[in-house]
Amino acid sequence: MNRRVVVAGASLGGLRAAEQMRAAGWTEAVTVIGDEPHMPYNRPPLSKEVLAGRASFESLAFTPKASAADVEWRLGASVTAARLADRVVELDDGSTIPFDGLVVATGMRPRRLRCAGPLAGRHTVRTLADARSLRDELTRSDARVVVVGAGFIGCEVAATAIGLGVRDVTVVDPLPLPMVGPLGELLAGSLLERHRERGVRFALGRTVRHFTGTDRVTGVVLDDGTELPADVVVESVGSVANTEWLDGNGLDLSDGVLTDDFLRVGGLPHVVAVGDVARFPNARYDDVPRRVEHWSIPTDTAKHAAKSLVAHLTGTGAELAPFAPLPTFWSDQHKFRLQSFGAPVLGRDDVRVLDGDPAGDVLVGYHRDDRLVGVVALGGPATAAKTARYRAELLKQPAPTA
Amino acid sequence: MKVVVDTTKCKDHGQCVFAAPDVFQLGDDGHLVFDAEPDDALRDDVEEAADVCPLQAISVEG
Ligand SMILES: Cc1cc2nc3c(=O)[nH]c(=O)nc-3n(C[C@H](O)[C@H](O)[C@H](O)COP(=O)(O)OP(=O)(O)OC[C@H]3O[C@@H](n4cnc5c(N)ncnc54)[C@H](O)[C@@H]3O)c2cc1C
Ligand code: SF4
Repeated sequence: MNRRVVVAGASLGGLRAAEQMRAAGWTEAVTVIGDEPHMPYNRPPLSKEVLAGRASFESLAFTPKASAADVEWRLGASVTAARLADRVVELDDGSTIPFDGLVVATGMRPRRLRCAGPLAGRHTVRTLADARSLRDELTRSDARVVVVGAGFIGCEVAATAIGLGVRDVTVVDPLPLPMVGPLGELLAGSLLERHRERGVRFALGRTVRHFTGTDRVTGVVLDDGTELPADVVVESVGSVANTEWLDGNGLDLSDGVLTDDFLRVGGLPHVVAVGDVARFPNARYDDVPRRVEHWSIPTDTAKHAAKSLVAHLTGTGAELAPFAPLPTFWSDQHKFRLQSFGAPVLGRDDVRVLDGDPAGDVLVGYHRDDRLVGVVALGGPATAAKTARYRAELLKQPAPTA
Repeated sequence: MKVVVDTTKCKDHGQCVFAAPDVFQLGDDGHLVFDAEPDDALRDDVEEAADVCPLQAISVEG
């Protein structure tokens, strides 16, 4: 009988997992199940080029590799449950699909604010449909926009709104600086200045108490009582892992799906996780498993996970090295780019300017025990290119101990 | 093997440069230059470059 690998989730992680199963030598069936109606598409432009109208929605589709041409796609179908011991998943149409191997690639969904007020006019940015409806509202004349959450998506949406000619854009965040969690104070301060210069307003150190309006949102009331008038609210307050369908299997689902060094789930050699949803230890740093919501991670995890799954399924038992990716991240805001390599967050207490000046193009190093653990460039493309030398240094390093 | 970069998509991220430095380079101005007909021996590198390009601007033909 033909054996089957089921991939749950049809975005970047699911696509790369299917392709990498082929690359790793799996010749039997692969079925990818995704609840969105589309083939996998690229999300980063949803808050940047596509929201700005500089690229079309159609341009986002990935082109699957020729090697994955015989992969079966079940789109618009949601996995509602999995019984890992019985090796079967259940779909929302009531059908079941048996599997020999399972790849968990169900990613994240936006966290929502729970406070009182109407829902209409409040947006999140994760899917094509989200970006379409937000773009429609941002391009209406004289929309007043409040962005809740000054993380990377919030900062990008605020910048894109300004670029679209929106005059009234305010970003609210409980922390004193935008993106201060991942970047630390030096660059977060520089980012704040850049946004302010271009007309973004900030309400920092503030949280949202409730929304005003009856049918539709008309304002955002903050914890100090201030009301910001708003026609459009964007909630960019983090994300929640899509793991409910894995409940009941005795897994650690406290923050995504916990994996081992080989991306295996729950100690089961026939179940692996990839992408945003995977909480994996990185042998490059320490033994602390973390989820990493960077675009490079679905591809990196899929390569490693496919090798470990294929080694199990084909009984080749190939020796695999523990997973040790170099995290990389970028963000485009206004005319400048952030480019990060390594794990700046581990070196936030020892931040040094390596090149340039925080008011202009700047390259910043993050250190732990006097050793470089991350580098971030902020500025034009030539600055990002200067990271190359430091990236090579980060790649060469042995794992620092925690 | 032919390498095509959709220059309307490419935003000079340089990720391709790390994956396949013999094929892709960033010039002094920070903009991408590349070899459109690299040796077949570099295929794995070029495939890797196509995978890691954030704008998915690279395609490999033949
Ligand atoms: C607006 C935006 C901008 C971004 N910008 C950047 C950036 O500039 N730089 C960067 O490094 N990263 C960026 N990212 C992050 C990057 O896009 C993600 O890391 C990447 O999309 C993760 O891919 P994934 O396949 O793991 O998960 P996802 O893309 O979340 O895919 C999971 C898929 O599974 C589906 N699914 C969920 N549950 C089920 C179920 N039960 N059954 C079937 N299907 C299911 C979901 O609908 C979804 O299609 C951005 C993300 C967003 C949303
Ligand atoms: S990785 Fe992609 S966007 Fe970046 S320089 Fe290469 S082709 Fe251009």
